[in-house]
Amino acid sequence: MENILTIEHIEKYYGNKSNLTKAIDDISFSVKEGEFVAIMGASGSGKTTLLNCISTIDRVTSGHIFVDNKDITKLKGNDLNRFRREDLGFIFQDFNLLDTLTAYENIALALSIQNVGYKEMHERIKKVAKELDITEVLKKYPYQMSGGQKQRVASARAIITNPKLVLADEPTGALDSKSSKMLLERFQYLNQSLKATILMVTHDAFTASYATRVIFIKDGKIFHELNRGNDSRKEFFDKIIDVVTLLGGDYSDAL
Amino acid sequence: MLFKLSLKNLKKSVKDYAIYFFTLILGVAIFYVFNAIDSQTVMLEVSQGTRDLIDLLNSMLSGVSIMVSFILGFLIIYASRFLMKRRKKEFGIYLTLGMSKRKISMILFLETLFIGIISFIVGIGAGILISQFMSILVANLFEANMSEFTFVFSQSALIKTGFYFGIIYLLVMIFNTVQVSRCKLINLINANKKTEKVKMKNPILCIIIFILSLVLLIYAYYKVSFGYDTIQSTAEIYQIILIGILATFLFFFSISGLLLKVFHSLKKVYYKGLNCFTFRQISSKVNTTVVSMGMICLMLFVTICVFSSCLSMKNAMSANLTELAKVDIEFTKLRNLTEQERDDYGFSEELRQDSYQSIEESLKKINFDPEKYLKDETLVYYYTDDEVTISKSLGNIYEEVKDTYTALDYTSREIIMSESDYNKVARLYGNKTYDLNEGEYMVVADFDSMVEVRNRALEQNNPITLNGKTYYPKYDHCEEGFVDMSNSHINTGIIIVNDDAVNDSMIESEILLANYKANTQEEKEKIESLLQTQEGNTNILLSANSKLAIYEASVGLGAVVTFIGLYIGIIFLISSAAILALKELSESTDNVERFSILRKIGADEKQINGALFKQIAIFFLLPLSLAIVHSIFGIMFCQKVLETFGKEQLMASVTMTAIFLIFIYGGYFLITYFCSKNIIKEKR
Repeated sequence: MENILTIEHIEKYYGNKSNLTKAIDDISFSVKEGEFVAIMGASGSGKTTLLNCISTIDRVTSGHIFVDNKDITKLKGNDLNRFRREDLGFIFQDFNLLDTLTAYENIALALSIQNVGYKEMHERIKKVAKELDITEVLKKYPYQMSGGQKQRVASARAIITNPKLVLADEPTGALDSKSSKMLLERFQYLNQSLKATILMVTHDAFTASYATRVIFIKDGKIFHELNRGNDSRKEFFDKIIDVVTLLGGDYSDAL
Repeated sequence: MLFKLSLKNLKKSVKDYAIYFFTLILGVAIFYVFNAIDSQTVMLEVSQGTRDLIDLLNSMLSGVSIMVSFILGFLIIYASRFLMKRRKKEFGIYLTLGMSKRKISMILFLETLFIGIISFIVGIGAGILISQFMSILVANLFEANMSEFTFVFSQSALIKTGFYFGIIYLLVMIFNTVQVSRCKLINLINANKKTEKVKMKNPILCIIIFILSLVLLIYAYYKVSFGYDTIQSTAEIYQIILIGILATFLFFFSISGLLLKVFHSLKKVYYKGLNCFTFRQISSKVNTTVVSMGMICLMLFVTICVFSSCLSMKNAMSANLTELAKVDIEFTKLRNLTEQERDDYGFSEELRQDSYQSIEESLKKINFDPEKYLKDETLVYYYTDDEVTISKSLGNIYEEVKDTYTALDYTSREIIMSESDYNKVARLYGNKTYDLNEGEYMVVADFDSMVEVRNRALEQNNPITLNGKTYYPKYDHCEEGFVDMSNSHINTGIIIVNDDAVNDSMIESEILLANYKANTQEEKEKIESLLQTQEGNTNILLSANSKLAIYEASVGLGAVVTFIGLYIGIIFLISSAAILALKELSESTDNVERFSILRKIGADEKQINGALFKQIAIFFLLPLSLAIVHSIFGIMFCQKVLETFGKEQLMASVTMTAIFLIFIYGGYFLITYFCSKNIIKEKR
């Protein structure tokens, strides 16, 4: 399998010389095509900064990020937008759906900004809605939907463009446990059946346990890495908890 | 501490306040400029007649200023309310930090004070500058000589502006305090998080209402344009106006739902680029601003009509003058009054006696020697006869006309002239002369609606009877012509008959037309001033109508109308543009969210700016388009009501109106666009 994402020695500093904060302190790893990777860490560990750098919302201080062998730290202006539009899919904690549009239109927007014709668009939306079980809410507005439905619509918007990489930032953060479980099962389905490459940031061990690989981050550095291998989700969850326990008292919000 | 905080707040949000400042400064400047006209006109060298008109203008301007101050007051309070909305979260933070509501009110009070002082100073500065150009315009409109350019500063206008705006700012402060005291902390804190509930109107209802509004609009349009003749009373005009207003509001109530429905069905357009986002943005905005959209549309409509009508009126008046006032002076004198007529008109016996003297005798009596001062003298008579009234000369069609034109006095006697008298005048004026056969009569007129009525009678070959003899019309229509000088086409009709059809006993009045024996303008004015000393003389029936007086009156009247029109028009234009701009900007915080989502899913800057531009442009164009359609019919109506004014000048004034619109309305549009663009810019 080829590497979709390669991160080489990236650093991200905030502040000035007298008061320097290293949000990311020399992190390197790579994600292969078809992987479902979770990045775990406490608040302030730098995991969201990492995601922002990969998604080009933020810039790295040093180091390189390659997506599909293209150095995205060198992209500027409209190339950046094209990269986000064509190669990335986004899922956010607070859904980020447009409140003036229906679910259908929200999903359609991701395609229409790529100038996809209506016929093809309609077919693809119907297909993805079926896969994510949101066919019946397509005509509804965000305020008429539950959190779980909103997040599934957001997921549909993220994957409909067939991105090389789907980035999810605390996707279950605003959902109750039932909706979370449903969403994560969908993620698993997308990953296994549609071969979507997913990189997910979370601080929740349960959410992380759905991934095939978990990378732990602490104070801007990689602390540990776990591979699921042939474990069941439950076994993998226990392993994650072990690592979380190892991380100590300062990781009290792990559960 | 509070002082510092409010100063800092101001500095920080200068960009957000741009529209507010712009509006305040414009308001102050315009208020000053129009109130300063008073002191500018004092310096002009003008005649007494023009001076009276200028006094009229000034008193009208100060009256209109009160109305304008109300409009500006509402506008400013409205604007400050929008700014308050934008800062809810900030106030929430102050409150959670333990600041009392009284202190927040104090901050707002200080901020309003600073804004008020700054905008007042800048506005007055701009006003003084503009009023220098204004004095050129004033001199130009009144056609007065501007011997030298003087810098004019009006202290009274300054004090007046200060007073009115002081009251407005005070009201704003009170309003802000009330707003703050009524706020709830939870709403303030969550102000930014509120997601909008999209209220969709029932599309079928929208279509029905839209069709209804169209039907009403077409009915109103038809009534004021082609169906103008069927309007019978002023009450009916009010009714049509009310229908128009209702239709306008219904139009804006239904348009967004309808358009969305239409575009939604055009899938290929709807799902192209950011189109669906833009449509939704506009429709949700139009949906929530039905009332203001309607108001703005109506204000724009009034502005356009007032601008173009008053400008064309002024132009037409000047243009008509050269055509309709061809000699220097016209004397008119009622002649040979009977005792019966004396009592009817309420004249004294002395005047009755005077009416038996000719114009020449009267002129000598007032020490004005016709031989010395006048040349090209042309003496003609108006005759009347009890047998020839308007109802008689209309004949068969009198019955049907009677109900349409209720204002006409059908029992009044027609003016009759002899063929040779009329031809004398026509030769003097350079108009067409006529030759009548035995038993024929003809009518000369140039007042359009009267010409229309008379033509119908003439087409039917309607005869008149004079001294027992019957006369038939030579032409089946009125010929164009006039005798009395005036500034517009107001000759409602003179009947012309053979010389032997009239006799001296029928003489109603005597007319003497003449030019002054003078070569230069100054000499003419000198002769005229001799006559003016006799203006108040009530002992003789003589009245004089001079070219100069007509000219001054019409120029002055045109100027008065133009000024008042400009004043109201500009204020209306500013108000409507400012409200639109504020509406757009007030939602910019919501838009920041939305546009950042668009950026995250990878929309280009070009696409985003395009969507923003389209959104604002359509929002601005929607009320303007309907207002323009309204105005086309509104101006047609004005043209018919004020039918004495020429049509040829309309194009020039419409162009002027367009320039004003583009500058002020377009200016607000651009400011709104750039401010919004700035607000939604990605913060890195």
